[in-house]
Amino acid sequence: MTTLYDCRDAFARTLEAIALEDPRACIVANDSIGSSKVGDFAKRFPGRLINVGIAEQNMVGVAAGLANAGKLPFVCAASCFLTGRALEQIKADVAYSDANVKLCGMSPGMAYGELGPTHHSIEDLAWTRAIANLTVIVPADPIETAQALRFAAAHYGPVFLRVSRMGVPAVHDSGYQFAVGQAALLRTGSDVTIIANGTVVSRALDAAVLLAADGISARVLNMATVRPIDREAILAAARETGRIVTVEEHTIYGGLGGAVAEVVSTAYPVPMRIIGVPGVFAPTGSASWLLEYFGITAAGIRAAALELVRMGRAA
Amino acid sequence: MVDTVQVDKLQQLAATIRRHDLTMVHRARLGHIGGELSAIDILTTLYFAVLNVDPSRPDWPDRDRFILSKGHAAAALYTTLAVAGFMPIEELATFMQPLSRLNGHPNRTKVPGVETNTGPLGHGFPVAVGCAIGAKLSNATWRTFVLTGDGELQEGSNWEAAMAAAHYRLDNLTLIVDRNRLQQGDLTERTMGLDPLGDKFRAFGWYVREVDGHDHGALLDLFQSLPFNPGQPSCIIANTHKGQGVSFMRDQVAWHHKVPNDEEYALALSELERGED
Repeated sequence: MTTLYDCRDAFARTLEAIALEDPRACIVANDSIGSSKVGDFAKRFPGRLINVGIAEQNMVGVAAGLANAGKLPFVCAASCFLTGRALEQIKADVAYSDANVKLCGMSPGMAYGELGPTHHSIEDLAWTRAIANLTVIVPADPIETAQALRFAAAHYGPVFLRVSRMGVPAVHDSGYQFAVGQAALLRTGSDVTIIANGTVVSRALDAAVLLAADGISARVLNMATVRPIDREAILAAARETGRIVTVEEHTIYGGLGGAVAEVVSTAYPVPMRIIGVPGVFAPTGSASWLLEYFGITAAGIRAAALELVRMGRAA
Repeated sequence: MVDTVQVDKLQQLAATIRRHDLTMVHRARLGHIGGELSAIDILTTLYFAVLNVDPSRPDWPDRDRFILSKGHAAAALYTTLAVAGFMPIEELATFMQPLSRLNGHPNRTKVPGVETNTGPLGHGFPVAVGCAIGAKLSNATWRTFVLTGDGELQEGSNWEAAMAAAHYRLDNLTLIVDRNRLQQGDLTERTMGLDPLGDKFRAFGWYVREVDGHDHGALLDLFQSLPFNPGQPSCIIANTHKGQGVSFMRDQVAWHHKVPNDEEYALALSELERGED
């Protein structure tokens, strides 16, 4: 049985390590201490967790002010409310103002499953990646979460980091080195490329195994950074494999698939399939049930890849 | 007691700033002259008698922070900053011109002395709360001042910020409300009533004082007695007139963002030169 990890644990441990080293580090939260798993941080670093109550607009504005005061604020809040409620603050106070704020969108995608679409955050990548001067990162497992958080802490400038809650297997080994803006090649292949990020990277790897049994060689890229997107890796995939399937726990409109399609369609057009949540509000179900329901699975990825292969290769 | 020589100097500076502002708006054919003229006495008092800032070191970590939450009054801020030495006066002529640093709303990444980018309303106040919390966390003595419009207080984010400021006992934070009683389309009280505004802030845990926002001496008196009460944030409701200083603009809703034609400009300038208030 594969061990599954809640990335919030690695996130919280790493944030405590950062706070120990850097006295500027602090958290801004919207009564989201338990759901962000930062209760231990609050105990270890008294006064350095600023709880603004259930007030997301103020939360992001306060973080921008803390950055102005020389602090290193990490906003920790459910991604649906952070991005949905405070999007204008993210745009004006953080990104446009170039405030050194780290926006940590907790429990994104459909992690809140049965709580329903109000609590799903499947639009957050479309919203955030449309904003200039905002780095957008979607880590796939605990190692990548910890490293992306380390990057965010060391980098001057606005960052949106999506921190998953739904259990995921480790996809990177302990030697993995996260590099912002660079896709990680997880599996080589020549017939099709599967580009995924976040909770569904392991499913892309599983799909590649299924495709190998079909006699199809699938490349797998982990595209943790959605903005700035790794154009070179995408164009190499288009040139060398001729077909691309993207997979994400996000709406199919404007997320990773959109970002990849913007590069492919304008620089090296090849057939693509975009796997994610179609343009609907999800029915009732757990996160894992909903991923199955929408076909965001190894089988779903395999089917899309087979469809592309059967179309033949662009001349 | 307030020094009368200092008050005279502030009045002269405010008149100079008003003339520059009027000229900028007339030249650019764009701007928000009414709300700029209502705020200029407050800005002048802050920058020339209250704020501990240094134009040669706009990023000095221990500077006092001033945030113009009503970002549409950018020309008033640019003019004040220029007269205070943060940028050349001549640069004011580039206001709203292609590639100018002086956009219609202030940009901290381009204009020295600007602390955060404002424009959408209800943004500056939460940022100011963050600055004040940051100073407390660092045990620093610098202070934060934020100027909001009155119509702007219809944005709910301000009340989130007001709650947080009292909760965190931010006596290093001063909110000044430019209470000119007019917003873009009409009187605030006919659009979405704010009164009793002082009672609202008191109920949120603030220490509130009201003042004539065009009386430099009275403003200075209040600023010199900050914080009004230790452990509480301070709110100054500055009763002002939109278009203050120009008779035909004063209290006229049309002058929210109307641009004076050449004749109106000449008339307004002559009124400001005569110092008719």
